[in-house]
Amino acid sequence: MTDPVHTDPVPFDEWDRPVEGWLLSGRCRDGHDRTLLLEVATRTLFPTMLVFSLYLLLVGHYSPGGGFSGGLVAGLAFVLRYIAGGDVGLGAVVSVRPPVLIGSGLTISVLTALVPLALGAPVLSSAKLETTLPLVGTVSTQTSLFLDVGVYVLIVGVVLDLLRSLGAGIDRDMHDAGESP
Amino acid sequence: MLALVVAHLVVALLLPLASARGHRLAFLVAAVLPAVTLLWALAQVGTVLGAGVTESVAWAPTLGLELSFRLDALALAMIVLVSGLGAVILVYSAGYFGPTSEEATRSAALVLTFAGVMLGLVLADDLLTLYVFWELTSITSYLLVGQRGDKRESRRAALQALLVTVLGGLSMLLGFVLLGEAAGTYRISEILADPPRGGMVPVALLLILLGAFTKSAQLPFHPWLPAAMVAPTPVSAYLHAASMVKAGVYLVARLSPGFADLAVWWVPIVVVGLGTMLVGGWRALAETDLKRVLAFGTVSQLGFLMVLFGAGGRIAALAGIGMLLAHGLFKAPLFMIVGAIDHATGTRDLRRLSGLRRSMPGLAIAGVLAAASMAGLPPLLGFIGKETAFEAFIAEEGARSWAIAIGLLVGSVLTAAYSARFVWGAFADKAGKDATPVHAPGPLLTAPVWLCVLGGLALGLVAPVVDALAGPYADQYVPVDAEQADYDLALWHGLGLPLLFSAIALGGGLALHVQRRRVKKLAHRSPLSAQNGYENTVAGLERVAVGVTGRLQVGSLPAYLATILAVVVLFLAPATIVGGTWPGDQVFYHEIAQVPLGIAVVVAAVAVVRARRRFTAVLLVGVIGYGVGGLFVVDGAPDLALAQFLVETLSLVAFVFVLRRLPSHFTEQASPRRSQVFKAALAAVGGTVVAGVAVVLSGARVGPASASDDFVALAPEGAGADNIVAAIIVDFRALDTVGEIGVLFVAAAGVASLVLATRYDRGRGSGSGTPSHEKDVLG
Repeated sequence: MTDPVHTDPVPFDEWDRPVEGWLLSGRCRDGHDRTLLLEVATRTLFPTMLVFSLYLLLVGHYSPGGGFSGGLVAGLAFVLRYIAGGDVGLGAVVSVRPPVLIGSGLTISVLTALVPLALGAPVLSSAKLETTLPLVGTVSTQTSLFLDVGVYVLIVGVVLDLLRSLGAGIDRDMHDAGESP
Repeated sequence: MLALVVAHLVVALLLPLASARGHRLAFLVAAVLPAVTLLWALAQVGTVLGAGVTESVAWAPTLGLELSFRLDALALAMIVLVSGLGAVILVYSAGYFGPTSEEATRSAALVLTFAGVMLGLVLADDLLTLYVFWELTSITSYLLVGQRGDKRESRRAALQALLVTVLGGLSMLLGFVLLGEAAGTYRISEILADPPRGGMVPVALLLILLGAFTKSAQLPFHPWLPAAMVAPTPVSAYLHAASMVKAGVYLVARLSPGFADLAVWWVPIVVVGLGTMLVGGWRALAETDLKRVLAFGTVSQLGFLMVLFGAGGRIAALAGIGMLLAHGLFKAPLFMIVGAIDHATGTRDLRRLSGLRRSMPGLAIAGVLAAASMAGLPPLLGFIGKETAFEAFIAEEGARSWAIAIGLLVGSVLTAAYSARFVWGAFADKAGKDATPVHAPGPLLTAPVWLCVLGGLALGLVAPVVDALAGPYADQYVPVDAEQADYDLALWHGLGLPLLFSAIALGGGLALHVQRRRVKKLAHRSPLSAQNGYENTVAGLERVAVGVTGRLQVGSLPAYLATILAVVVLFLAPATIVGGTWPGDQVFYHEIAQVPLGIAVVVAAVAVVRARRRFTAVLLVGVIGYGVGGLFVVDGAPDLALAQFLVETLSLVAFVFVLRRLPSHFTEQASPRRSQVFKAALAAVGGTVVAGVAVVLSGARVGPASASDDFVALAPEGAGADNIVAAIIVDFRALDTVGEIGVLFVAAAGVASLVLATRYDRGRGSGSGTPSHEKDVLG
């Protein structure tokens, strides 16, 4: 019995290139500044953190949380992704420009503040919303949730902007200057 | 009335739609609204000349602010100028601006905006409402004079006008507040019905006068008006003949019935007004640019109007209204004539113009008529105004009135002289000069001129109409005798001193014009120059600013921190020691868990000071932050703790990003011993003070907190929240939240622009600069 001819699909110096789609973040980075462990961990943690941030946003009215905390958790998820995958890793999940996110957040909040005015109530007044969903039962929330949503979007935008300017921006400066990160 | 003002602004906003279909259309559309305004005001003339039309809209009721308006005789006279002449000049603009003119779109919208705010200004019956519109006129005039801002001359002229008028405007605001507080009301009609006396009132009046003087280009603030002649001619005609510069005169006219008996009111007005009339008239005799001749003429006439309105007296007030209308009706067409000449010949220099009386006979006749009104020739409105003005001060015996009358006579001689100079300069044949080539101006450039000139002529012939308009305003003054009470504006008052004065003014003016060469030589000799004064003041301010900035902004972070800490120590420490009481029930700790956390924070704080590497220091600061977050947890504030932990983490990340570009150690060599000791001492004292203040303030609360009780009670029902912190953030204090995220918005934009602005990003989606922008930034 002889060993079958070993045809290695991956050259040896690229042995750590991810082959599974769920590990890929678009283009691969250079081998020397990657940590595979962090990347894999990030891939598992990232969606979890996002879900947790949404939970914080929704639950804010009843226990610790809210738009600010939720937004920060989501932002930290992106930070993790940036640290693991660099600008490329970030670009694979968010194609919205940070200023657009920040502006949308502010717009949502301000609109939430102004809508009561159109309905004849003072600025920023809130009302209770209640619906009965099949299977779930009665769900209620406050219209002030929309204000929180605006805050959430804005905070995410601010963190992404931070990554864009202080992270990727400085990265590129250093790259242009020929310095190693 | 508010609706009318707002309509101006709305139409101005929509005007670019009309401009897209041609500039001419835009100006004609814009002219409709002022014309409607004039008709509306004239339709109410019955009520206006009686009690007046009032309207009031609550602005900020809790502050007692309101937008109140009142249409009375004086306001109506101003509306004739503001809206009537506004409409005429907008029609003229349609002919003036060429179809490819880049200024036209902006000018049309701005002139209409200006007409709107000026309308608000003259209708305002509330001091603060008036102030708001007053400053809006300054801003619109800045934009109109500055135009596209690509010419240094326009920029400087616009800035000078803005600086001077806003300086006066601010002082006026202070005066308004003092006056309003003294009177107990800001409603102008109520203040005038029962004018306050004593106390701060004289100061208030002087401050208000400063505003009026700067706006109406009185001595020594006058140079901005001739400088602003760089604006397009229709703009000059409107702003500087009919409306904006009249605002100061209008303010004086508005307040005079209440305060003209006070020396602190009439003495400055008469002195400054006469001085302005003489200086402006004298300077007009030396100018060679037709527009500047008219500009100095306007300065002179504004001084004249100031004297008439400020002196106080029934006849003077009649003359004031007469001259106000006359000035608008002759100065605006004169400006428009200059614009037409400029259009037809390409120059405004009176040394180069020749023979225009033959090539443009219609315009020449109109120009002579308008200039004749300016010089005070019967039967034009200018003559009636001027003769009434002489009458007002001749009839009122005494040294003061004689002095004023003689001053006005000398001023009128100068007026007649520069009127002659204008006519001669614009239309006469000059010896040894060929006729200037001309291409005839269209009807849009000449019809508005004729409309104004004929208006001046007609109002002169039907003087009783003007008298009916001026009467209710002038009757606010108590006439001293029966003769004064019966006097009215009319073309013929019989032979007398006033008529003699008018004749002297005309004759003297013509004589002065004949001697123009000598006069011009003299007029250039002046040891004082207000323009130099303005330039030196501005340059001095800039030098002071550079000096102060250089001393304070030294570019050293330790220096800034030391300043901040020192201020905190110097202000907080004495206040705490003097005013605070040390709470008696201080315990070492509430819960045992606080002790290890506290120790950890203290240890980390000490270690930060000892750290030599930046990275270590940042991590240790992080430890402090987490420790404080832990204390929040112990004290039962999970919301705060959550936010603290998250923010701490994020700032650590941001720090680490930035640290990549900084040296790893703080300093290459240790700083000198003395500065170390100083820093340590300052930091220690600062820390102690802040800690002490925290303890003292915690004892400041004596009763139960009523605000938080309400929050606790209202959160479940009112906001539907079990979490009170969330209820406060998104409901009770939601406006704060919106404000705070606004701050975050600005901060993020600031960071991004600081880091990214100087670089040209090739990739998509980062949107920072362009190569040319980079070149700009890097020089």
